[in-house]
Amino acid sequence: MSAPGPTAAGPSTASVVFALLRKELRVELRTLESVPAMSLLAVTTFVLFHFGLNRGRVDGDLAAGVLWVTLLFASMLAINRLFVADLEQGGFDGFLLAPVSRSALLLAKAAALGVYLVALELVAVPAFALLLLGPSIGGALPGLVASLALADLGIAAVGTLVAALAVRTRARDLIGPLVALPLLIPVLLSGARLSAPLLAGGGPGPLAGRWLATLALYDLVFGLIAYAVFDFLLED
Amino acid sequence: MLTVLVLSAALALVFFYAPDDADQGFVQRIFYIHVPLAIVALGGFVVGAAMAVAHLRTRDPRWDMRSYVAIHLALVLAVGVLITGAIWARAAWGVWWDWNDSTLVSFLIIFLLYATYQPLRFAIEDPERQARYASVFAVVAGVFVPLNFMAVRLAQAYVHPSLGSAKNLPGSMRLTFLVSLAGIALLYATLWKYEMTSKYASAQLRALRRKLGAPDATARRSAAPALPPAAQGTV
Amino acid sequence: MAAIEIAGLARHYGERAALDGVSLDLDAGQTLAVLGPNGAGKSTLLRVLGTLLRPHRGTVRVLGRSLPEHAYAVRGRIGFVGHDALLYRELSGQENLLFYARLYGVGPERVRELIETVGLGPRAGDPVRTLSRGVVQRLAVCRAVLHRPELLLLDEPLAHLDPAALELVAPLIGPPTGCTRVLTSHDPARALEEADLVLALRGGRVILLDRPGILDAAGVRELYR
Repeated sequence: MSAPGPTAAGPSTASVVFALLRKELRVELRTLESVPAMSLLAVTTFVLFHFGLNRGRVDGDLAAGVLWVTLLFASMLAINRLFVADLEQGGFDGFLLAPVSRSALLLAKAAALGVYLVALELVAVPAFALLLLGPSIGGALPGLVASLALADLGIAAVGTLVAALAVRTRARDLIGPLVALPLLIPVLLSGARLSAPLLAGGGPGPLAGRWLATLALYDLVFGLIAYAVFDFLLED
Repeated sequence: MLTVLVLSAALALVFFYAPDDADQGFVQRIFYIHVPLAIVALGGFVVGAAMAVAHLRTRDPRWDMRSYVAIHLALVLAVGVLITGAIWARAAWGVWWDWNDSTLVSFLIIFLLYATYQPLRFAIEDPERQARYASVFAVVAGVFVPLNFMAVRLAQAYVHPSLGSAKNLPGSMRLTFLVSLAGIALLYATLWKYEMTSKYASAQLRALRRKLGAPDATARRSAAPALPPAAQGTV
Repeated sequence: MAAIEIAGLARHYGERAALDGVSLDLDAGQTLAVLGPNGAGKSTLLRVLGTLLRPHRGTVRVLGRSLPEHAYAVRGRIGFVGHDALLYRELSGQENLLFYARLYGVGPERVRELIETVGLGPRAGDPVRTLSRGVVQRLAVCRAVLHRPELLLLDEPLAHLDPAALELVAPLIGPPTGCTRVLTSHDPARALEEADLVLALRGGRVILLDRPGILDAAGVRELYR
């Protein structure tokens, strides 16, 4: 028997992340468990807001609030599902047995969640503009895209962390949103404050730098925290 | 004992020594309870997070127990903050709830987050995993606390100056405030110690029962940490 | 050279011990059969050796490296077949194996070779959810040996396999591999045939650690009482 080498070198983290992400998206394409449900929930929620608020058109604060609350609730569906297939079909153990960095799973799952969020927004934002938004969305788009991109990073990081935390609990469908929603309040707050002037009746106002900075700080802090604690959620 | 002394002194100062506030009158005295409660509760969450870090690093279940008790008590104080805050808001602004009070709003959010700590623990059966996941939660939430304060504060920056005013209090108010703060911090520490002692005692009792072959009472699921026999000892 | 060295291993589940004071040594190339009734700690032992569970007390050295500190270094040298196939139901057998091949840094030609070996050719493209339990088990074996491990941890590896399939997987996980093997089985007689050493567990404790020759059929039945 040959002497063990210093390290049984595994594949590079980048290639592992890529393999995990590819597997993730392939399973989603086959099962269509997350994105269609999220999009449908978002459009349904816009209809609910129409009747709940008794408004045909919204703008400003109200528009921003309706949009962001809807996106946040829709994202809960993906967060709830994120690790379920891995848990039920043994992918967790399969991954843990492989000689690869644990963080690769965090990165791949966060990237997958990010992709789902972007897909959701590609449906939900046009639907919102069509169904509820008073002012034309044209001028608001660049600022809105920037806010959504920054917010998606934070939701992906916190969502992945909470999904991993909740998936091995009983009643995970309850624990996930109950933990994730309060944690995401700063994202909602910043996102809504950023987009309220963009969606204002009298044409789009400027982006508030301090809210962009808050979102960026949130992304950074929770990105680092997720990276630091994620391993503890995997190992037994 | 010291706790009782300082707390009584604080209460005496609050009612008999501190002057009535020029604008708000007698009710303003709730400030001496509300603000120290808030500070100690926040400190409790942060200490709980630090203990959780120690648990993750050492895997010693006693750190999880300490973190659990710290967070549990801070959550109780947080309820106190919400109640005293609501009373103060009612007296000062005539409403039970004031969205412009960033301390109050932040506490509501933090309360909602930490309110899931016990259900999370309860939902995990394996005691070791329960401890580990709870610690991860405590660390994440501990970091969230200041970030959330900052964000909520930013949202109201132009409306409501709140704690900043505590710095330029007149001497008598300042003294009362500091004694209250010390009293409530001591109260927190004492309660923490009592609860820790009781948790250890019941863990030892369970271990003894098992040795005597009594039916295993620990089969009942619990949100409170379980200590393996090896980890039982002093607080 | 010892492939596995365990001394005083304990693993708790809360205040209950799943493994308590287990000690044994296994030489490289040998086969250890782990016997015992359900809940005796067999799977826990295999999961500790497979780096899936951390030991709570005692020392565990696998392939010359101590766990859990050097878990990372031994992972690429262990093959694990557990109760679950560890395969995604929506993906085909081939896609599953290619995915795991990337996790182990193994090329696609190895996947093709294994699919041939276990006779899966025509069904390799079908989603795993449509396959019978026996075919899934063959895939699980392929997954475990993708990276040509030195140590095989086999938790009931032959469950659901018919005699023809048994012959197909034998070269991968059976005695001919020459690997160090730790195995549990629902069929103790068969496990004893292949074993160099027998470990019997009850309630997480070792009740027997010896050469298989000393056990007759009645002795085996006694272990499962």
